[in-house]
Amino acid sequence: MAWFKKERPESTAPEVAAKKVKIPEGLWVKCDNCKEIIYRKEVEKNFKVCPKCDYHFRITASERLPYLVDEGSFIEVEDGLSPRDFLGFKDYKDKLKSNRKKTGLKDAIISGDARIGGNPVSLVIMDFNFMGGSMGSVVGEKIARAVERAIEKQMPFVSVASSGGARMQEGILSLMQMAKTSAAVARLGDAGLPFISVLTDPTFGGVTASFAMLGDLIVAEPKCLIGFAGPRVIEQTIKQQLPAGFQRAEFLLEHGMIDMIIPRKEMRSTLGRILDFFASA
Amino acid sequence: MPPEYLDFEKPIADLEKKIEELTLFTSNGNIDLEEEILKLHKKADQLRAEIYSRLTPWQKALISRHPNRPYTLDYIEAMLTDFTEMHGDRSFADDSAIVCGMARLDGMPVVVIGHQKGRTTKEKIVRNFGMPNPEGYRKALRLMEFAEKFRKPLVTFIDTPGAYPGIGAEERGQGESIARNLYVMSRLKVPIITTVIGEGGSGGALALGVADRVLMLEHSTYSVISPEGCAAILWNNGSKASEAAELLKITAQDLFQMKVIDEMVEEPIGGAHRDPRRVADLLREAIIRNLSEIRNIPPADLIRLRYDKFRKLGFFDQI
Repeated sequence: MAWFKKERPESTAPEVAAKKVKIPEGLWVKCDNCKEIIYRKEVEKNFKVCPKCDYHFRITASERLPYLVDEGSFIEVEDGLSPRDFLGFKDYKDKLKSNRKKTGLKDAIISGDARIGGNPVSLVIMDFNFMGGSMGSVVGEKIARAVERAIEKQMPFVSVASSGGARMQEGILSLMQMAKTSAAVARLGDAGLPFISVLTDPTFGGVTASFAMLGDLIVAEPKCLIGFAGPRVIEQTIKQQLPAGFQRAEFLLEHGMIDMIIPRKEMRSTLGRILDFFASA
Repeated sequence: MPPEYLDFEKPIADLEKKIEELTLFTSNGNIDLEEEILKLHKKADQLRAEIYSRLTPWQKALISRHPNRPYTLDYIEAMLTDFTEMHGDRSFADDSAIVCGMARLDGMPVVVIGHQKGRTTKEKIVRNFGMPNPEGYRKALRLMEFAEKFRKPLVTFIDTPGAYPGIGAEERGQGESIARNLYVMSRLKVPIITTVIGEGGSGGALALGVADRVLMLEHSTYSVISPEGCAAILWNNGSKASEAAELLKITAQDLFQMKVIDEMVEEPIGGAHRDPRRVADLLREAIIRNLSEIRNIPPADLIRLRYDKFRKLGFFDQI
């Protein structure tokens, strides 16, 4: 019986351990954190947050939309961008195909215009289910375009990060997306427009080391893992066990790296209040 | 420095050992082997030229990390004058994995920043194998803003396995420190010339690399992930690094084709460490030339051009 059908996504992005991502199909789900078995509908009603331990399940970009933006306000900018295997990298074409099938997405991000608490924003949401949310040319391009759209329409820019880092399969060009997205965010700043960066589980590598850590406000979901180097890499390098809570959102808050932690069910209202601040004279 | 041979240089090493033996023999005894030695020298040179004309990406990665390869301070010493090193990020520490300061290039004042590796075991530890912590990137950031404030061109050198993966580095915001440099470099009001002189290891390298002109030494490498790291992910086997190096396209030649770099600077046969003086001369000429081409561009235009340069990078399909 497929009560606890597990799906293990392939980890394609460097440095982050593969973890269960999707809430499995079936009537019951097991919480990744407290291992409690919970009635699936209960989790769904609760913003895909474990009612027992407050663990925030990893969710897809489209699952996140209703929790983040005003109902029906999201208009996707479908610019037809699709990844290309320009290096002829081992298995990349097949991976793209299977990830497309699995997620219905062309790449690990969706982009569009939306309203949050009535405030118009340019928005991107990364999707960890698509090749570990890794950033290649398409992800970088969509972020840059979304920022440029924000400047053109004089709107704030909001990003939701969820990524293992740069996409290995696009080599050096993935690295260059870090420069591209950071430069775009710098332009947004020069235009006097705010950037709110939302970090979700997990945010690592080249995404942490570029646009995601450049928000005028950086907020995170509770307990999500955020870092530059993956925990495994650090453990192998220093040959020590990592302290409890290392690289969790609470750890980053304590070390002054983020502004606040916002539970998923309060995300929309809190972001709305923040955006109101920028909107008023 | 005694010569150190890489594995694929073994035939050259054998020949040179033989030459040494024969030379010793000649100087000790009465037999004159000079002609023979000359022949062997010629043969060794030919062999080296041959091996170096068909290097694999992995062999290049090994050369880019060669223990005798010139480091940032060697280039500063050979190319610049009046170097005054500056220290510290003014908030936490001085990171020796990055060196920076003011200097003169052909008489012109410039600000210089580069990763620094160590040569001896002790130096390696002090320099943390060229892997900066956040305070290193923040020291670099301070110097970038210093360059802008006093309107001096910025010259940077890239040579790192990557940013250091440690507990302290994470606590102090390794990701943020790199991101901030990308942000600031993308709109810095002075000309920036960067050169990959050895290893260009991922984000930790790029943090000094958002420049108007990106140069690369012929046998240096620049990559999103180390070949070993890539192999570990793909095949669960770090020893397949040579295959990963092929896949990743990490050589100066590949990057020039993909327009990620603007110029490749030639190295002597056998690599930069065979003739550091000559590499420094060639690189110095290239930096001066590139700088002279962009020096008089008004800052607003310079920033726009730099933005466009990185904005264009990436390949995708538009359906």
